[in-house]
Amino acid sequence: MATATAEPRSLPATEGDGHKHKKNALSDGQGRLAWMLLAPTLIVIFVVAGIPVAMSIRESFFQTNSGVDPTTGLIAAGDKFVGLQNFTDIFKGQNPVTGSYGTMDRFWNAFLNTTFITIVCVILETIIGVAMALIMAKAFRGRGVVRAGILVPWAIPTIVSALMWKLIFDANGVMNKIIGKQILWLADSGASFWAIVIADTWKTAAFIGLLTLAGLGTIPAEVYEAAKVDGATTWQQFVRITLPMVKPTLVVAVLFRTLDTLRMFDLPYGMIGAGKYRVETLSVFSYQEAAQSRYGPAAAYAIILFIYVLVVAYLFVRILGADVIGDADVAKKKKKKKGDEEPAGPPATALEMAGGAH
Amino acid sequence: MTFVRPARRVLIAAASMSALFVAAACGGGGGGGAPAGGGTSAAAADFTKQGDTEWWTGKDLSGNNKNLVDQFNAQHPNGKVILHELPNQADQQRQQMIQNTQIKNPKMGILEMDVVWTAEFAAKGYAEAMPPDTSTEGMLKATVDAATYFGKLYGLPSTSDGGLLYYRKDLLDKYGIAAAPTTFDEMKAACDKIQAGEKNDKLGCYAGQFDKYEGLTVNFDEAVHGAGGVIVGDDGKPNVATPEATKGLQTLTDWFKDGHIPAAAITWQEPQSQVAFTKGNLIFLRNWGYVYALNQKKDGSSAVVGKFDVAPLPGIIGPGVSSLGGHTKAIAKYAENKGTALDFLKFISSPEAQKSNTLATSQSPVLESLYSDPDLVKKYPFLPTQLKSIQTAKPRPKAVEYGDVTLAIQDAAYGALQGQTQPDAALQALQAKLQTLIK
Repeated sequence: MATATAEPRSLPATEGDGHKHKKNALSDGQGRLAWMLLAPTLIVIFVVAGIPVAMSIRESFFQTNSGVDPTTGLIAAGDKFVGLQNFTDIFKGQNPVTGSYGTMDRFWNAFLNTTFITIVCVILETIIGVAMALIMAKAFRGRGVVRAGILVPWAIPTIVSALMWKLIFDANGVMNKIIGKQILWLADSGASFWAIVIADTWKTAAFIGLLTLAGLGTIPAEVYEAAKVDGATTWQQFVRITLPMVKPTLVVAVLFRTLDTLRMFDLPYGMIGAGKYRVETLSVFSYQEAAQSRYGPAAAYAIILFIYVLVVAYLFVRILGADVIGDADVAKKKKKKKGDEEPAGPPATALEMAGGAH
Repeated sequence: MTFVRPARRVLIAAASMSALFVAAACGGGGGGGAPAGGGTSAAAADFTKQGDTEWWTGKDLSGNNKNLVDQFNAQHPNGKVILHELPNQADQQRQQMIQNTQIKNPKMGILEMDVVWTAEFAAKGYAEAMPPDTSTEGMLKATVDAATYFGKLYGLPSTSDGGLLYYRKDLLDKYGIAAAPTTFDEMKAACDKIQAGEKNDKLGCYAGQFDKYEGLTVNFDEAVHGAGGVIVGDDGKPNVATPEATKGLQTLTDWFKDGHIPAAAITWQEPQSQVAFTKGNLIFLRNWGYVYALNQKKDGSSAVVGKFDVAPLPGIIGPGVSSLGGHTKAIAKYAENKGTALDFLKFISSPEAQKSNTLATSQSPVLESLYSDPDLVKKYPFLPTQLKSIQTAKPRPKAVEYGDVTLAIQDAAYGALQGQTQPDAALQALQAKLQTLIK
């Protein structure tokens, strides 16, 4: 990970100064300095992330004792090593529940909920977010106010917005007053799923919107002028110019949202409640298991979620070429030497934009 | 590191970083699993050691906990009790107590236990068994039973609670109904008469707490007992797939279907159901004692001041049976100063402290004599009714894995109330599940 951060900065330097035989940027003096400068950060990451993850992995191989002594009613303390049993139990279907997808093991129900909530939310957020960005990019009076206003939902802590939406979706709440009939959003019905989707989209479409807006700012006006001269329609301009050129930014924004939504906890737990299988996500399930002092299975589910998130992130990078750190700049510079045509002004990196947006 | 394309490596590293934090965040809840406190360690607890100790309890909403602590500390110089407030949600209180048992926090002295936690806290060694000579004289039997596990007392009851039927006396009088209903059939007849006469769409008949949470377990439990059934029999074995229990659940399901329970009640917990009654939108309400004061509030928030009364819960056949509520104070397993903790428990169950606490908080006392105390009855006229409710109350199932048991009950009841499963099928599934959970 140290190389991850160090490399993009040091690579251009080594390229130009005649040290081309040195393949690894870490082997020169700057690399050692970089390591030293990064050491405090690495130690903090190791302590606050590395150790807990390692402990979670260890925990997932254990189960707490549960046998009750028939004469005293007490349970012997401690836990026992069970190998991969916490993982293999998932496939045994010992804990069937009935959610939106029929009766199945509680884990798979949560897995499907997590997946479908993520897919639906991210698609809606992307569409609405891009639309927001297109509107915000236009020059009009009060644009600053709109930009700030769009950020408000993003600034509200999710658990607070969960309680807020709980009031809105109450049986006698505003939502039912507006639509004029009584839908029991909070009753673990099909509507609960959409309540989650609405609340999440409301909150985070702005995130995609702002990142996309930053991406739009980097598209030079000449391109659009040329398109107009050639007689392109607005739709053609959007599909042929705006989308491809904003794609690097947009893909990163979508990646961040996907990773975030896969971990969703606050909205289902805070708004709909625990034990409601139509909206129970993996995070909520894992939390509930831990609350029942079954730390082993809870850790196992958390690790599966971790792997799931990792796989999704990897696929994003491989298939869509999400450029998270911004070393596409480096690649582009290399290409330039070969004489490729490049639009003027390299786009700001996604991370810089994200940093600016927060 | 092998020399893959740097760009890819960077991306993968970054992506795994973000994923890593997921696991770290989740692992925080699940990790750190030090072995639970040893239930089998036979070392006798030392109940003589005096010194400062903490009382772990939920938020001090009435402000009276502080008064009690101050009073105790004034007369107990060699060891003080310090109020340690926890979040308002019972689940979160329970989790903090468990976590602090696991790290053997010596400061955690007195645990405010919900009545349903006794089995878990005793079996898993979170709470210390009381000394054998502990007196429970004058306490309501139901509350002492609730604090007992395998013949041993794990704490002293400090507050009790039972369900009450709040009803609109003004409407019953108006339509010539002489007394509060004692069965669901009588209640239905009264509703039909009143609703036909009032012609008010908003006026619902009856509601309890039917959202999927502990309140549903309570309401289901009462329906089953009120129909002559049980969830767990006297022999400690689950016995819920019976015609009686089915009749209990069937009745609630039917009432939802024909609208005698408003559809919205499937999302109601105590506050929502209380608001419906207080605003005058319900004829009958099942709720706890604390609602009395809210209904009598003269600041304009209540539309039923002076128009309501309380009665024992109606049953489905014969008189109703309440689920027992309330709290027990237990001594934490790893408390350093158990002597002070024990003295505080005795202080809290003294008549003076019990009386002052009821006056300040409206929580029902655990001493039977106080239910006829003139000062208390003057302020809380429902106390005699409450006493009847508690005396006949049944405890919810005693189970070490109570969280699993109550969730299984909620699964069964919630599915049936929403019309997704038939009551008899739901109860058969529940019976099968409970047999694996309660052995």
